[in-house]
Amino acid sequence: MIDNQIIATVLVHLFIAILQLGFWRKTVPQRVLSIGGSFISLIFAIKLFTKVFNGDILIMHAANWEAPFGIVFVADLLSSTLVLLTAIAALAVSIFSATGIGRQRILYGYFPIFHFLVMGLNGAFLTGDIFNLYVFFEVIIISSFVLMTLGGRKAQLEGAVKYMAMNILASTFFLTGIGLLYGISGSLNMADLALIVPKIENRAIVDITATFFLIGFGIKSAIFPLYFWLPSSYHTPPSAVAAIFGGLLTKVGIYALFRVFTLIFIPNEFIRDLLLVLSILTILTGAFGALIKTNVRRLFSYLIVCHIGFMIGGLGMYSKLAILGAVFYLIHDIMVKTNLFLIAGLIRQMRGSMDMKKLGGLYAEYPKISLLIAIVLFSLAGIPPLSGFWPKIYLLQGAFENAHYLYAGALILGSFITLFVIAKFWSEVFWKKSPDPDTIEDKFKDLIGIRKIALILPICILAASSLYIGLNAEIIIQVADRISSEMLNTTPYIQAVLGK
Amino acid sequence: MKSTILQTASRYLLPILLLFSFFLLLRGHYFPGGGFVGGLVASIAFVLHSFAHGTNETMKILRYKPLSLIPIGLGISAFSMFMPAIFGLPVMTGLWLEHPIPVIGMIGTALLFDIGIYLVVIGVVLTILFTISLSSD
Repeated sequence: MIDNQIIATVLVHLFIAILQLGFWRKTVPQRVLSIGGSFISLIFAIKLFTKVFNGDILIMHAANWEAPFGIVFVADLLSSTLVLLTAIAALAVSIFSATGIGRQRILYGYFPIFHFLVMGLNGAFLTGDIFNLYVFFEVIIISSFVLMTLGGRKAQLEGAVKYMAMNILASTFFLTGIGLLYGISGSLNMADLALIVPKIENRAIVDITATFFLIGFGIKSAIFPLYFWLPSSYHTPPSAVAAIFGGLLTKVGIYALFRVFTLIFIPNEFIRDLLLVLSILTILTGAFGALIKTNVRRLFSYLIVCHIGFMIGGLGMYSKLAILGAVFYLIHDIMVKTNLFLIAGLIRQMRGSMDMKKLGGLYAEYPKISLLIAIVLFSLAGIPPLSGFWPKIYLLQGAFENAHYLYAGALILGSFITLFVIAKFWSEVFWKKSPDPDTIEDKFKDLIGIRKIALILPICILAASSLYIGLNAEIIIQVADRISSEMLNTTPYIQAVLGK
Repeated sequence: MKSTILQTASRYLLPILLLFSFFLLLRGHYFPGGGFVGGLVASIAFVLHSFAHGTNETMKILRYKPLSLIPIGLGISAFSMFMPAIFGLPVMTGLWLEHPIPVIGMIGTALLFDIGIYLVVIGVVLTILFTISLSSD
């Protein structure tokens, strides 16, 4: 079914960014436009999701050129779910940015670039063309370079150099992979590729191409051994930026892996084992890294790496249950990780520091906000019945069903270390008495009411989504179940795109 | 750089180069040329003028800040992409007038898109160059 509504979210963010460029150096209209536009985009995303959930896969032939010759946008349940989550996260971050981002950064174009970034994310989730996916990845990373360096502090530039070098390397691998794929198949449309690639006789070259994609997306989603750029760069930009990076940017890599390795390259024994080994190592390195960090945002960055491993393992097992778990984890992870970095930003506003040794006493001073944050932390650690618990059950079941005991062990160890780290974080930052109360710069206390709300409301929105995911898991499981069936049985997708 | 020859020449070259840039813009859909090249030629015309007369003089004949061309250009391009949706077609579909217009030729959304690119390129190039030259003065 042809429908322009698919790319409405992309267009909304594009037009907001353009309008904001028109309001250059005027901070108030930019803030209003950003929040209003993100809200409109959320409405479109909800409409798209309900339409896809209640009906069929929607497609749109851009410029009216039919697939496989033109570029096609496809909204299946995986894409539209991710678009919906992106819209929620983007709304939260844009509200938080209204106060959490300094005036200087807004003067130099923070908001337009932020909306170009979200536009790129939406486009990457919706496109059905592998080269167009690359183009949207470029939109994302170019915007993220600007967001990362905006402000130009030394630590920021240092982080940005690592980030940029690794991401350009990843794009090069991805592009080379696309080149090889086009060379052996003669098509760029993903549905068309899904029909052509299994018929290619020279399997060795198909495997090599698949490895190129694995390395490219692996760097982007921070899989072992190419994860080190993430913890060394995510703690440098402002927290609102880190939130959108931590919540969504690495997940685009995961999405691309899911898409490419379920649709185009059905993983053989070798790729599956490779994915599993990588996932175990990713979980372990992320978890042990998180154990020793004292900077709040570095700690969260290592937790991102650790939990990326959970999802990659789900793909590596390649059974219905495991993929269901991985998709559920992805849904849970976007909400929680975005929120974690917003919380880090809030703590910075309250204490002027990110070092756990210097922090403390937040529970005594802000009991209600601390309880709100506790919900998020419990969801992350996976305390039943909150949102982190359910996907791990499915992942564990998947692991036992396929006798991947090593992965099951790593999953359990990773979860325990996450719990331990979160407990340490809670006791250090919230329960411990503040080490030297005189040096605290509490900017939060002096803020006027509406600015306080702008910092708290986004955390509430995301915490509410996390609670909904946890307490109403039945619906999310239903969604994840349908997504995993769509991923394992790609015939409806191919039929929808190619019309045959 | 004060040179009478350059100053006099740039005064005549500015309109000629601008006309040439329009020519490149208009023929771009079927022949070599287009919004990007046209925009570069147009900005070179202004750069040449600023070499001869100084950046402040060039800013005076431009009247508006080149930065404001960026959102206008982007807006025109984005609108040309969105326009087919108003007629119920998939976005980015090329819409064309039925009859060619003398001198210019066929007019469609592609030309509108190119005009947008033309303005963005002028805006970006002049913003970068003027910022550098003003901060180095």
